[in-house]
Amino acid sequence: MDKKQMELLQGTLDMLILKAVSLGPLHGYGVLLRIQQISRDRLEIQQGSLYPALYRLEHQGWIASEWGESENKRKAKYYRLTAAGRRKLQTEAEKWNRMADVIAGILESTPEEV
Amino acid sequence: MRLRNRIWSWVRAVARRTRMEREMDAELRFHIEAFTEDLVRGGIARQEAVRRARLEFGGIEGAKEECREARGVSFVDSLFQDLRFGLRTLGKTPGFTGVSILTLALGIGANTAVFSVVNSVLLKPLGYPKAEELVALHQVAPGASGLADFENGLLLSPSMYFTYAEQNHAFQSLGVWVPGTASVTGVAEPEQVRMVEVSDGVLQTLSVPPETGRWLSPADQIPGGPERVMLGYGYWQRQFGGDRSAVGRNLTVDSRPREIVGVMPQGFRLVDAEFDVLVPLAFDRGKLILAGFGYQGIARLKSGVTLAEADADLTRMLPMWIDSWSNGPRTDPHVYEAWRITPKIRPLKQEVLGNVSDALWVVMGTIGLVMLIACANVANLMLVKVEARQQELAVRAALGAGRGRIVRALLIESLMLGLMGGTLGAALANGGVRLLLAVSPANLPRLSEISLDAPVFGFTVLLSLLSGLLFGLIPALKYSGSRASLTFRSAGRSMSTSRERHRARSVLAVGQMAMALVLLVSAGLMIRTFQALRRVEPGFTDAARLQVLRISIPDSLVKQPERVTRIQNGIVQNLAAIPGVRSAGFISKMPMEGFDAPWDAIYARDKVYSDGAIPPLRLFKYVSPDFFLTAGTRIVAGRGLTWTEVYGQQPVVMVSENLAREMWGTPSAAIGKQLTEFRSMPWYEVIGVIEDVHENGVQDKSPETVYWPSLMGNLYGPGNKLDAVRTVTFVIRSERAGTEGFLNEVRQAVWSVNANLPLASVRTMQEVYDKSVARTSFTLVMLGIAGAMALVLGIIGVYGVISYSVSQRRREFGIRVALGARPGNVLKMVLRQGVKMALAGVVIGFGGALALTRLMTSLLFGVAARDPATFVAVAALLVLVALLACYLPARRAMSVDPMVALRYE
Repeated sequence: MDKKQMELLQGTLDMLILKAVSLGPLHGYGVLLRIQQISRDRLEIQQGSLYPALYRLEHQGWIASEWGESENKRKAKYYRLTAAGRRKLQTEAEKWNRMADVIAGILESTPEEV
Repeated sequence: MRLRNRIWSWVRAVARRTRMEREMDAELRFHIEAFTEDLVRGGIARQEAVRRARLEFGGIEGAKEECREARGVSFVDSLFQDLRFGLRTLGKTPGFTGVSILTLALGIGANTAVFSVVNSVLLKPLGYPKAEELVALHQVAPGASGLADFENGLLLSPSMYFTYAEQNHAFQSLGVWVPGTASVTGVAEPEQVRMVEVSDGVLQTLSVPPETGRWLSPADQIPGGPERVMLGYGYWQRQFGGDRSAVGRNLTVDSRPREIVGVMPQGFRLVDAEFDVLVPLAFDRGKLILAGFGYQGIARLKSGVTLAEADADLTRMLPMWIDSWSNGPRTDPHVYEAWRITPKIRPLKQEVLGNVSDALWVVMGTIGLVMLIACANVANLMLVKVEARQQELAVRAALGAGRGRIVRALLIESLMLGLMGGTLGAALANGGVRLLLAVSPANLPRLSEISLDAPVFGFTVLLSLLSGLLFGLIPALKYSGSRASLTFRSAGRSMSTSRERHRARSVLAVGQMAMALVLLVSAGLMIRTFQALRRVEPGFTDAARLQVLRISIPDSLVKQPERVTRIQNGIVQNLAAIPGVRSAGFISKMPMEGFDAPWDAIYARDKVYSDGAIPPLRLFKYVSPDFFLTAGTRIVAGRGLTWTEVYGQQPVVMVSENLAREMWGTPSAAIGKQLTEFRSMPWYEVIGVIEDVHENGVQDKSPETVYWPSLMGNLYGPGNKLDAVRTVTFVIRSERAGTEGFLNEVRQAVWSVNANLPLASVRTMQEVYDKSVARTSFTLVMLGIAGAMALVLGIIGVYGVISYSVSQRRREFGIRVALGARPGNVLKMVLRQGVKMALAGVVIGFGGALALTRLMTSLLFGVAARDPATFVAVAALLVLVALLACYLPARRAMSVDPMVALRYE
């Protein structure tokens, strides 16, 4: 794989999964592909850690799963966002944006501003 | 919402374990296959694509485990793992497991047994509907001296009952009752039965419906009306075989036929009294006077009324009572104002329990301490065992087991031990309860209600788990944190154990010694109490050879008073003629017989009494000639009574020594003095002074007593008509007392005088005496058992610690001996370690004992709660036994061969 990929910041995988399934139901592999696609392959996701995260999110009630048929007519488990998950995604996104703003502000500060 | 979701997903995951596993498998396989397909489509050879897909995915099993954990499934999984592992570990060390389970079982069993008693006697409500509303109408009269020591306070008089019942605002219902005996005739042998007489309102207050038939009604309480009776369940079963048609039949009670109207259900007691027949009191309202304080009052409070409000209500009615009734012409009802009668209503439960709760709580507390000692012992064993398992734990930690997981594994082991101990303990408790019932005071209230029921079972489970937690937590916390690397390094060589590691076990052993000291001091104090009780001369001698029995001659059987005395005299003569009988006599009541005797004031001729003042009340007893000789009660001055004086109705009387001293200074000064009960009665001359008798048990002070002849004018109330005491206790002095053959001859001797007389309460005076000290002996036995258990467990604890430490220090001892230490030095070293622990335990234990023994003051007699002799003796015993426990390991240390010890490494 591409060496320019960034490692995922801790705690952000959940948010990315919620975002990915918010665009439509996906199976596990689909979640992986969609995150890679949206991030234009700039993020490296440990495939092994994806499923525990999915199970955890489902356990917490933010996503729900059901068995369905994949594009190539295979049985696959599809995940979709629940109402609670949607609210969770929203607050997480806001938190993330605020944090990013603050961090960016700090990093952009110049000697004159201090 | 989310919580529910989480629980549901967890339940689903745990419950449908296989399905979840299958789905997880399918899901991950799908992922890898889809990935592979994508790679193949990207132009990579299939075989290489499969390899790449697997590689990129990472550890599949690891991912699965994390998934399970995300669902909370792994918790259950690993729990089962720990359980299985724990069982295996316990199975591998049967010695440790066996000793631990046995120790715990003993502790838990003893605690469960005692708790079952505490639960059913002290904690459970009484067996009446809404029992919390029930109260005993207890009242005190500090102005009526003589009544002051009376445990029952001032009982109610019938006129008081009528005033209270009719004028109160605080009660739903109220009544009075009095226990007694009656003879039932008309069946094969005349039988003396337990009778309770009740006024209207008693059954309504207790509100337990009859088993069959009906309650005694207000109509049954009309004097001269139809005479009725209710039966107790046991008597109904015994005499009528539980036949419901018994209702409506007649029963001859005290020579009068009464119609049976109903039967009370099984287990029903009138407060604390079991009874065979329940008879209406049927007071004749027109003939009532103020006095006659002989009836227990019970009532049911209106809802929301407090005890204080009810007391106030009774206080309000007392002047009404004084104004509404009289003691007869030329008497002043306002003398009762000087008595300062004060209502002190008590919850009925308190009345039933009496003074037994102190003893029970002390026993429960001491047994609880034994449990703590048992836990300390098992904790000690666990510490040794865990130490031996250090390496295993280190390996587990190195393999990635977290601290929590190791703590949990150790705790699960100890909890399993606790539960196993609890199971065995429950079985032991079953036997223990039987033992308890055997040694418990015969008058322990609510004995029949004792059972191993759900709350007791819950207590056992809780105790098992708590104890498991208690002794498991110490080693778990101590060793779970040990650093893997460190342990690996030291596990290879058995260096002398570090002080730090040894400390926990020493602390436990010291704690055990301290608790054992507390228990032994308590037991010691009870032994001293018992000794003190035994030293008290009760007022009769050689109780085992003193046969007592009660006979009542109702006036429906024999009308004439003098005839009654002749019959009693005849019985005495027949009894004295039985081979082996030295003498016989009778008295209205023997000491410690456990029922009330009459009390009244007396006036001495040579004293001046101010108008209106009532002199102190004295205990009244009525005796036959030869009674004092038979019972072994010493005549301090003067002489006893003769039959000539009895039949001649000579005005002669005897008084107790304390009464003689109080009134005339010395016993001899009393002789020839004159006294009387009522002004209208002739003066009686004091002919004898009798030693003080411990009437209400050896713990209580002897009441001032007047001994009247059993046949005399005007026993109660005004008028000077001749009367005889009809119910008396016969006393027979014989080597054969209590034997079956002797009792048969006694029965024949009685029946040859009158075949209609039933014999009641046939006992030796020893039984009466034992019963009166039953509470003390019960507490003594229980504390003795607890103390012995504590001592043994404590000694095992000390032995274990010393013995282990000696085995750990073999090398050190070897080196010391090699360097020239003499065996004596080594012996001293080990003994010093043991003595240090024992002394530390003694010092701490002293503190605990000083605080705790104060709680048992009410159980002690003739010994202070801080009795120095007991404390010193127990401390010496403890140190001595600790030395013995150290001696064996010390001998082993002494005999260490330096070469062997060094080669050992």
